[in-house]
Amino acid sequence: MADAPEQRKVFAPWLDTTQKPLIRFENVTKRFGDYTALDNLTLDIYEREFFALLGPSGCGKTTMLRLLAGFETPTSGRILIGGEDISHVPPNKRPVNMMFQSYALFPHMTVEKNIGFGLKQEGQSAEAINERVKEMLALVQLEPFAQRKPHQLSGGQRQRVALARSLAKRPTLLLLDEPLGALDKKLREKTQFELMTLQEKLGMTFMIVTHDQEEAMTMASRIAVMDKGVVMQLDTPSDIYEAPNSRYVADFIGNVNFIECTVISHNGQEYQLKDKQGNQFRLISEVQLETGSTIWLAVRPEKVIVSKEQPQGDVNAVQGIVWDIAYSGDTSTYHVRLPDGTTLKSEMANLRRVRNRPITWEDTVWLSWSLTAAVPLKR
Amino acid sequence: MNVSRFSWFNLTSLIIAFSFLYLPILLLILFSFNASKLVTVWGGFSTKWYVSLFQNEMFMTAAWVTLKVAVVSATLATILGTMAAIVLTRVGRFRGRLLFSGMVYSPLVMPEVITGLALLLLFVAIGLDRGYWTITLAHTTLTMCFVTVVVSSRLVSFDKSLEEAALDLGCTKLSAFFQVTFPIILPAIIAGWLLAFTLSLDDLVIASFTSGPGSTTLPMKIYSQVRLGLNPEINALSTLLILLVSVGVIIASLVSKRAEEQNV
Repeated sequence: MADAPEQRKVFAPWLDTTQKPLIRFENVTKRFGDYTALDNLTLDIYEREFFALLGPSGCGKTTMLRLLAGFETPTSGRILIGGEDISHVPPNKRPVNMMFQSYALFPHMTVEKNIGFGLKQEGQSAEAINERVKEMLALVQLEPFAQRKPHQLSGGQRQRVALARSLAKRPTLLLLDEPLGALDKKLREKTQFELMTLQEKLGMTFMIVTHDQEEAMTMASRIAVMDKGVVMQLDTPSDIYEAPNSRYVADFIGNVNFIECTVISHNGQEYQLKDKQGNQFRLISEVQLETGSTIWLAVRPEKVIVSKEQPQGDVNAVQGIVWDIAYSGDTSTYHVRLPDGTTLKSEMANLRRVRNRPITWEDTVWLSWSLTAAVPLKR
Repeated sequence: MNVSRFSWFNLTSLIIAFSFLYLPILLLILFSFNASKLVTVWGGFSTKWYVSLFQNEMFMTAAWVTLKVAVVSATLATILGTMAAIVLTRVGRFRGRLLFSGMVYSPLVMPEVITGLALLLLFVAIGLDRGYWTITLAHTTLTMCFVTVVVSSRLVSFDKSLEEAALDLGCTKLSAFFQVTFPIILPAIIAGWLLAFTLSLDDLVIASFTSGPGSTTLPMKIYSQVRLGLNPEINALSTLLILLVSVGVIIASLVSKRAEEQNV
């Protein structure tokens, strides 16, 4: 398969109307006393998806996971798996397994017994269990540790045992609750790719809960950004990043500059905007904007260029003073204060070594971005 | 902090505190090996009082009663105490939870004389003949709350997701308890049992209230003997009791320490 890249089809079952969803939330509401954790949620998840729930703590993402696992039952609405209503099926009767944030490994059992636990509950024969456990140990590369107890393993190894245990029963859906939260950064990045490879290899449906936006961006086929029990936006990682539908989503994922503007006029898809200070901006956007309405321009810092000379050509430009420089090795973020006191951020790749770079604190600089760089947000 | 570890002040405090605690006990142990019949005069080393103790049928009967009471009451207290601990820590909030937990723990602070008196009144009222069983029941009442304290402190720190993981992997609630929860809290249950056992072993007050003819426990026997005059046999007996209680306490702490290490 030399020409594999061309044959590789785009995985987007949510665009295909003939596809049936594997999991369906139908108007699901969950209340704990007066507190509404999930508010009338309707959502489809397709087979083989790597679905990420992203949001701050208390946004309802964990509640969704626990509803799927069966630890909670919805206050109203239905949850379907493969067309079957499982809203009130107990956790031990569901084709769903979960990998817990704390890993929840049984401390009194060896690695082998932990992984085989679910199979033993199914009443499988000792040989069958043994074989499957071996397979799982090989999958997570823990063969030498079969006889160890959890407290004799490192954090990364425990994480892999937990993963193996939740995969052993071949669940239709695997739930991952902040699976990488306890690992350090390097190991976390490595494990992200391992998880993705594994998911592709096994052809299973994964649903991950995380508050780490980078993790969700890297791994997921689709991301649901949640806030206060409501899904704010459900899209692919690139659409969420490049075309956020609200300031909440734009701000939650990555860094962003907001400029409040009024729409002055437009010519086709090209709009004239004016901010409170009277700076005029031009914007090319497919989104219909009403003349006279107030919108927010969202510009990602990496799309803003900082320069000493006034930029030429078809760009938006403002002048300001370098207030702060956040150096993070590969990139530097320039915090530039505008005459009206607001700050815009510009992230520049450090292509040259630091001492050769000309821009420093208190310098007067130009910030510029192209006509298509900004996204207009109505809310 | 290492610098101050061996300062004179600390050393002196340590010696004073430990002498205060253990000097009387050391004296008692020492005099149990006294050859002289006079309790306060040292007459050379001897183990004869241990020999005569084991030939003293009165003491042996009392020891047997005490052991039986301690084992049975500790076992009953452990079962009831563990059940109470589970309800208190697991069953979320329910009406009267605070009242219930307060009531479970009240025997901890209740004067023993009052507990003993109350139990005596109860046994008389329901016409239960006082004897071996009444002491056992009374000791169960006394020690149950100690078990509850020990077990519930373990359950509070118990990661609830372990039980959920068991359910998730196909267990029913009952089998999740027996396969996961129970083995993990077992050290605490054993520690609770040993605590109940030693408490029952050395109880005098409640046993005095609730015993009947033919069911005298060892502490009661020792107490009544001492009133008639000191006897080196009693020193020997007390030394053995101290040994038994120490072993119990040491095992209890070892068991819970080992469990702590396994806990991740």
